[in-house]
Amino acid sequence: MDRISLAYGSGGKQTAELVKKIFLKNLYSEELSKLEDSAIIKNKNLKVAFTTDSYVVDPIFFPGGDIGRLCVCGTVNDISVSGAKIEAISLGFIIEEGLDISVLLKIVNSIKKTAKEAGVRIVTGDTKVVEKGKADKIFINTSGIGFFDSELNFSYSNVKKDDIIIINGEVGSHGIAVLNSRNKLGISGDIKSDVAPLNGLIDLIKRIPGIKCIKDVTRGGLITALNEISESCGFGAEIEEEKVPVADSVKSACEMLGIDPFYAANEGKIVVIASKKSAEKILVEMRKHKYGKKSAIIGRFNEDKHVSVKTLIGTVRIAQSMSGEQMPRIC
Amino acid sequence: MKTKNKNLFSPSLWSDKDIAIKISKEIKNKAEMFFKKTGKKPSMMEVCGTHTMAIARSGIRQLIGDYVNLISGPGCPVCVTSQGDIDRIIEFSKFNDVIIATFGDMMKVKGSEGYDLNDIRIKGGDVRIVYSPMDCLELARENRGKNIVFVGVGFETTAPTIAAAVKKAYEDKINNFFVAPLFKLVPPALRFLLDSKISKIDGFILPGHVSVIIGSKAYDFLKEEYKIPSVIAGFEPLDILRAADMILSYLIEGKEVFGVEYERAVKSEGNRVALDIMNEVFKVSDAYWRAIGVIKKSGYSFSDKFEKFDAFKKYGISYREKAEPKGCLCGRILLGLSKPSDCPLFGKKCVPEDAIGPCMVSSEGACAAWYKYGVKK
Repeated sequence: MDRISLAYGSGGKQTAELVKKIFLKNLYSEELSKLEDSAIIKNKNLKVAFTTDSYVVDPIFFPGGDIGRLCVCGTVNDISVSGAKIEAISLGFIIEEGLDISVLLKIVNSIKKTAKEAGVRIVTGDTKVVEKGKADKIFINTSGIGFFDSELNFSYSNVKKDDIIIINGEVGSHGIAVLNSRNKLGISGDIKSDVAPLNGLIDLIKRIPGIKCIKDVTRGGLITALNEISESCGFGAEIEEEKVPVADSVKSACEMLGIDPFYAANEGKIVVIASKKSAEKILVEMRKHKYGKKSAIIGRFNEDKHVSVKTLIGTVRIAQSMSGEQMPRIC
Repeated sequence: MKTKNKNLFSPSLWSDKDIAIKISKEIKNKAEMFFKKTGKKPSMMEVCGTHTMAIARSGIRQLIGDYVNLISGPGCPVCVTSQGDIDRIIEFSKFNDVIIATFGDMMKVKGSEGYDLNDIRIKGGDVRIVYSPMDCLELARENRGKNIVFVGVGFETTAPTIAAAVKKAYEDKINNFFVAPLFKLVPPALRFLLDSKISKIDGFILPGHVSVIIGSKAYDFLKEEYKIPSVIAGFEPLDILRAADMILSYLIEGKEVFGVEYERAVKSEGNRVALDIMNEVFKVSDAYWRAIGVIKKSGYSFSDKFEKFDAFKKYGISYREKAEPKGCLCGRILLGLSKPSDCPLFGKKCVPEDAIGPCMVSSEGACAAWYKYGVKK
């Protein structure tokens, strides 16, 4: 680890290494050390969920969304998975000199529309402009704050063996949609990003007893998300390949690119880990929501030390966290 | 007919659990018969890196690994690129007017001085990852004052798209686009393996995609000269199992020796359009293979008409043989002599994040497949 390479920002193994060896080691706090999607801060009677995120997506407009919708959804989802109700968001814009005002306005309108959908207010912000070439069009940093309206203590460390893994729909579309539009891969089929605010969906289920934790499934995909939970709770997990929903168009694009859809990025996906007893009930509720129609039970936690996948032909393979940048095959 | 074709190409059709178990039982029976006959476990080499990955991903070894040795071969294009050629690619970074364009897999293969294209990029070198060789033409148009050097690594599947990009550059008179021709051909590598007798192989699982291009008749020599059981296979779990089953049938019965399991995509004559453009842009030449050295007529260089696109000639970069990374078993693994787990570096000093040999870097490398999917033996 001499210099930062792109892999350190990929959300996989190297990002985890960077966070632990550089940030956590030097900036330790109990809240930070949990390494979950948002920090839970307690002060006397007050319990607050707090998060921050930065958005550097390229291109800034992609099929199914744009950097504006993305930054609101990502922040809303990071807060919501903790069980808190999102209250407010801050926005920090870093804009490259020369950006067309109409482009900025389009992004701001998208933010407005998405914030309205999620029922969240933008309460503070900051703007910086840098010289041409010192940033790429626009970067957005956000923070989000949420309050707990019920006694919920979701945490990866609550997860035990036999707990059930539920996902709220088809995986991998965001990563493929962005890759396709950035590199003009000419993949046919209508692949759109799944970017969506999931607070409504989470609100529908979060009070059902038996939920151990909810996790945002973003960079590094499903497998990386499950590995993070597994590492924290000390149990392994097994998912069944045939039960994980993947759109046919995403499946064939992944095949062409040599990418495993279970590692492809999402922006509107969560996994809900719940006790065996309550899983079915949660699933039924999730399917009632527009962002949970294709929800499915995909596997369970077990006594292993690793995450594994039961393949279509019934064999079992170990599934490690994503490593490096996702690279396509060349033959 | 259209619907029928669609169904044939549906992946779920080729990963049915019950059929997989049924074929596996057949494989077990036939492998036991082979054992009775010869006193050894049958060994099959999958020649293609995509097969290596598919076998690891689908866990086929758990079904048949006790009865059949599945050996990876020299079918990962990044892995078979010789150390000397890796160094030649890295040498381009020393020229200020060059933008190196490459597929992602090549980024982290270390040169013999211990650094890779990724390191060069981090230190400010201009290295771009492209997903299609055609992207290079756009790069060339956008960067008139620079020369785009594309790293032309790949087998018969990749070569036609690169040939098409070169031809387009020729027609559009783009004069700042060059290719480092490091293409490899599959049939000469098979011939080398059989002639040298270094790997103990009872049958070949032949690559699907390559065969779509070159056609099944490109392997006639296997049938006629070597009489070694060989089957062209697709990439879904049932494809691979069916191919293994066919090879075992050939081994026991001894009547036929060649078959096409991937019938839904492979024709005898191959893809004429692709073959024609390769023949126009390239000519067959000798190539350097990792751990093997030169195999005669096993690669492509540019034909006379397109010679000016050769990046090595443009910059006068000549080939020098370089040693393999110390302790790395990639060479033996490519020849089917060792398994990834035999290597003392595997999963310890050599991991995808910090790989020593190319087999751990490439998404098609045997070590990467074994590591990613937790294959143990």
